[in-house]
Amino acid sequence: MKKTAKKLPMWLRYLINTVLFVALLLSSTAFVNSGSVSPYHTKVIILCGINMILALALNLATGYLGQLPLGHAGFMALGAYSSAIFMRYITAMPGVSASAIFPLGVLLGGVIAAFVGFLIGIPALRFKGDYLAIITLGFGEIIRVVLLNIDDVLGFKFTYGAASLKNIPKTTNFFNTFLCVSLTAYIIHTVMKSRHGRAILAIRDNEIAAEACGINTVYYKTFGFTLSAFFTGVAGALYAGYLGVISPGAFGFMKSIEILVTVVLGGMGSMLGSIISATVLTALPEVLRAFSQYRMIAYSLLLIIVMIFKPSGFMGNYDFSLSTLLGKLGGRTGKSAVPEKEGEDNE
Amino acid sequence: MEQTLNGIQTGSVYALVALGYSMVYGIILLLNFAHGDIIMVGAYTAWFLMANLGQSPIIAVVAAVIVCTLLGITIEKVAYTPLRKAPRLSLLITAIGVSFLLQNLAQLIFGAGAKPVPPIVQIKSLTLGSVSVSGNAILTIVVSVISMLLLTILIKKSKMGKAMRAVSEDTEAAQLMGISLNKTISFTFAVGSALAGIGSVLYCAAYPQASPTMGGMLGLKAFVAAVLGGIGSVPGAVIGGFAIGLAEAWASALGLSVWKDAVVFAILILVLVIKPTGLLGRNLQEKV
Repeated sequence: MKKTAKKLPMWLRYLINTVLFVALLLSSTAFVNSGSVSPYHTKVIILCGINMILALALNLATGYLGQLPLGHAGFMALGAYSSAIFMRYITAMPGVSASAIFPLGVLLGGVIAAFVGFLIGIPALRFKGDYLAIITLGFGEIIRVVLLNIDDVLGFKFTYGAASLKNIPKTTNFFNTFLCVSLTAYIIHTVMKSRHGRAILAIRDNEIAAEACGINTVYYKTFGFTLSAFFTGVAGALYAGYLGVISPGAFGFMKSIEILVTVVLGGMGSMLGSIISATVLTALPEVLRAFSQYRMIAYSLLLIIVMIFKPSGFMGNYDFSLSTLLGKLGGRTGKSAVPEKEGEDNE
Repeated sequence: MEQTLNGIQTGSVYALVALGYSMVYGIILLLNFAHGDIIMVGAYTAWFLMANLGQSPIIAVVAAVIVCTLLGITIEKVAYTPLRKAPRLSLLITAIGVSFLLQNLAQLIFGAGAKPVPPIVQIKSLTLGSVSVSGNAILTIVVSVISMLLLTILIKKSKMGKAMRAVSEDTEAAQLMGISLNKTISFTFAVGSALAGIGSVLYCAAYPQASPTMGGMLGLKAFVAAVLGGIGSVPGAVIGGFAIGLAEAWASALGLSVWKDAVVFAILILVLVIKPTGLLGRNLQEKV
């Protein structure tokens, strides 16, 4: 009784969140564009954003669905290549503005990655644990080898193989990265709070029990995996627009592991953890340039130590919620599941 | 024909490495990602002793095997034992961490470039009719077949082998029968790593160089071989190893050498989809 009486109406919550988010988006974009942030720092911030999307996407598959795919670099490569090729062809036409068409390129990258993820998911998700890891790893490697050699088979210049695909329009900027990160966080958050999300969590906690409760485990596993592949593709598309040059070598097994490290350190099953650890792991190497040769050693040691002493990662499965926070501050006990825009988690 | 022999040669190295994967998986259900990197350490040991200290190949081979065995036991004690009760996902991630730690340590110590390993054996090539067979190929095949036979005898006849089989069948029942779990698991890692040490030397005989990342692809393919043959099964790992080696060699013979990694993984995926337990695997039913 007491709780419900003090709750804000739903539409008001949505309104507050939307207004806050738009205000944050516009003010931070204005701040970045005003020249008070150097181009170098802007680049680092954009890279943080891309890594956040990657971590959020893998967190969906690892933290929420409880699987361990090791082929996410392959999806990233698919997103990057499909969007890059699309952008190259479309901007060659007269009268097309690259930045206006970029959302379409990002969407295309995501959709193609999701489609391949769906095709891969059907056979791969029949397996569990190590088998799933190795089979997704296999698919990831196949994607890389195909991208590397497809030109020789088709006979015309398409991906340019090891020579790398150049002259991709550099359309990734702070505004659209911010928007993509927020949308990714928002969509994953709302999905996880819905009954589909609860089904996914049930599969993670006990697959056999979930199946016995009438959850279609195959459907939800494929659904979660495809969604994860979609966002990884989006991150790939942003990455292509960020660098302007991509080659298959950048999307090897190492990249998949890097994303995994980010998710594990942040805490599997915590979106806030993924975002924080993506920021830290992207920004820290930039700060500690002098120690760059020790970076991977530190990563791997950290991975082992975290697994032995704190397997839940730094944030556990704690997630940020504005209403809970405000409730605590205002002394209210309301702990309601509000689907909120995660805009405040950025940069 | 020559490609087939090449395939058998690489295949026997894969088989030796796959045995290590298979034994460890059979006993604690862990995909030991670090296994491939143990091979890398073995190769560096051989290189260091022969190229830097000028030791004879025999000392180098023995040292490589000993270093690999000790490393395998150390990894098991430090990284895997604390996690024996933890979820399998944590164990797997730890294994990936160990693998990357070894790779990056090697890169830091020895540099990223490949180090040329001096030839370990000099045996003249045999000529059978129109085909010439290199001495290395013969040695590799003979050594690996002997190692596999010894391993089979070890598992089938010795007391420790019996303990290993018991633990992999039912860990708890084996403990109740008075088998020391810690000893058996350490012994399994020791044997698997010793085989990796032999594999590393044979691999160096075929491709005479050591590089920090050499264990990655080799380890992955050996794991594919173990899965292909049915993980946990010794003859399965051998068959899988030869199958992968031959598939690679024939793919190269058909002019598809740039695609050979993709071919290996495609075979893996096909086999798993058709027969998820591998060619000779046991069917493990998951209990509630």
